[in-house]
Amino acid sequence: MARPKLAIFKFASCDGCQLSLLDCEEELLAVAGLVEIANFLEASRAVVKGPYDLTLVEGSITTSHDAERIQQVRKQSRVLVTIGACATAGGIQALRNFKDVREFTSAVYATPEYISTLDASTPISQHVRVDFELRGCPISKAQLVEVLGSFLHGRRPSIPTYPVCLECKRRGTVCVMTAHGTPCLGPVTQAGCGAICPSYQRGCYGCFGPAEAPNTASLGNAWEKSLGASRPELVRAFRSFNAYSAPFRMASDAYEHERT
Amino acid sequence: MPTSTSARNRVVSVPALARVEGEGGLEIRLRGGGVADVKLRIYEPPRFFEAFLRGRSFREVPDITARICGICPVAYQMSSIHAMEAACGVTVGGPLRALRRLLYCGEWIESHALHIYLLHAPDFLGYESAVHMAADHAEAVQKALELKKVGNDLVTLVGGREIHPVNVRVGGFYRVPTRRELLAISDRLKRALDLSLETVAFTASLQFPDFERGYEFVALKHPEEYPLNEGRVASTRGLDIPVSAYEDHFIEEHVPHANALHSVRKGHGAYHVGPLARYALNYERLPKVAQEAARAAGLGPVCRNPFRSIVVRAVELVFACHEALRLIDTYEPPERPFVEVEPRDAVGHGASEAPRGLLYHRYAIGADGLVRTARIVPPTAQNQKTIEGDLWDFIPQVMDLPKEELTLRCEQAVRNYDPCISCATHFLKVDLVRE
Repeated sequence: MARPKLAIFKFASCDGCQLSLLDCEEELLAVAGLVEIANFLEASRAVVKGPYDLTLVEGSITTSHDAERIQQVRKQSRVLVTIGACATAGGIQALRNFKDVREFTSAVYATPEYISTLDASTPISQHVRVDFELRGCPISKAQLVEVLGSFLHGRRPSIPTYPVCLECKRRGTVCVMTAHGTPCLGPVTQAGCGAICPSYQRGCYGCFGPAEAPNTASLGNAWEKSLGASRPELVRAFRSFNAYSAPFRMASDAYEHERT
Repeated sequence: MPTSTSARNRVVSVPALARVEGEGGLEIRLRGGGVADVKLRIYEPPRFFEAFLRGRSFREVPDITARICGICPVAYQMSSIHAMEAACGVTVGGPLRALRRLLYCGEWIESHALHIYLLHAPDFLGYESAVHMAADHAEAVQKALELKKVGNDLVTLVGGREIHPVNVRVGGFYRVPTRRELLAISDRLKRALDLSLETVAFTASLQFPDFERGYEFVALKHPEEYPLNEGRVASTRGLDIPVSAYEDHFIEEHVPHANALHSVRKGHGAYHVGPLARYALNYERLPKVAQEAARAAGLGPVCRNPFRSIVVRAVELVFACHEALRLIDTYEPPERPFVEVEPRDAVGHGASEAPRGLLYHRYAIGADGLVRTARIVPPTAQNQKTIEGDLWDFIPQVMDLPKEELTLRCEQAVRNYDPCISCATHFLKVDLVRE
């Protein structure tokens, strides 16, 4: 039986999420034995034509050329999974969506007419149908292996959507917000990283994006009332790697315009 | 030897370079038996980091700049932290300084092992990828993965996770490891040191084209140590300046075929950053074990053959493992994991040695701690003009090869630099910023 064909495509991103696959040092050669790595430009010159059984997409859409290219990628892919905050939420580069991109370009490049870019950085799901979104900035290796394994076996990946707080409880980390008064996004951020930051005595800063049904207003209220956080601090906290995901976008917009 | 007109006038086009970080292409035009044009195309879309850093708190910057590159996030964190501390008039020394060096060693091990074995070696041995190579060279690929894992585990131990570490902050760390936690990785680092020495021997056994260029090498130079986080910016043609004077001597030109800027040294032209440059300027600071490995591999104190950069990278692997062991051996945990840093209205400059070469940052911040302007000059930007220069000079040696082979040789010449195109794409002239 032919091995399933795996393809990896990159859009605007830092390469870190696809690097996670190469960072699976102990699993890499095993994975390479189970699938045919048909398109993985970061690792190989050999490119096998589509269609592909499983396609991983890293990065966000920021140019009209890429908006076209993702359509082609979708057509060639039986199952398409987006990996990382750029692909699932537009990434840190979606901070441009809150500003005037023309000003960005002319502020930044000496010869802006050489630069072609769209006004917004958008997630893949705004352009094509996506079969599964794997969160994280970067993604977790363990979750990536789970996604690969589940699609090889034809089942849905088992990826929790509860908040980081549950991971802190499970690993026995004392709550940094209640014990030390450290602002933490853990209560509204999806688990998956393993609650690393609180175990290093710092607050979660939202790499995995909004958890299911996050209560951003309640958290913002606690930051303001109990921890003395300012409105601009709240705006910035929600505006990072997952700034353009709907719950975080609405929260930062609300605090920016003082509506809460 | 085929010398038909079609062989003499041809276009070598690599629309998408493989085994580099990020998206770039190569276009070469040959005419009448000579090279007519060489263009390294950067089409990775711009991400505008320097623009959206404006208005962010100086404390958030290391977490944000890490996201420029998934392969060398520590380099971005370190250069921005040093710039911020310089702006605020703070110097971090003692065990915190040592821990930063240790974290950086982890990144060098991980990144160099990745490049040597998984990205570059397949060119020399004639494979499309390390996975293809593993069929015949299973042991080499296993060694690569083992080395890479030790590097990643060291970054995780000190930084919290291997990609985009969470434990780094302006002033130090959020939490520092105990002596015991660090000692737990010592045995594996000793094994990594042995593997690194084997890596030097392995890379020295590869076939190299007879090709040298008279580069101006530019790297940090430190009186006592092989440079990672600190030093003056020095060159093999007599430049010796503090990091804060970098922009007086280096400028960037925006070219239409790339979403990146070409760096030149004012009045001197293209220059070369990365392992070859560090090695040429700091050979005396390498530990004995690394110097001996270099000599056994046939390297002198300066290497001008860019194809041999794979050997120099391996020598730096030896250094990084040796240095990590030394730092762990002498580590005494600091009383506090960080020093307090209060913002003030000032400009700060920082430079560190990313695995791919000199990485310069400059920030202006206000007394409110918010960033006013930012400028970042990554290594691949600085090497871009030199990479094109290498191709101009190298192609005449190989231009009569069949197209497939010629293309592969040209790609290999680009991969000599371990180019990180993801990094190279976002540069900008913040001097022109209008608030």
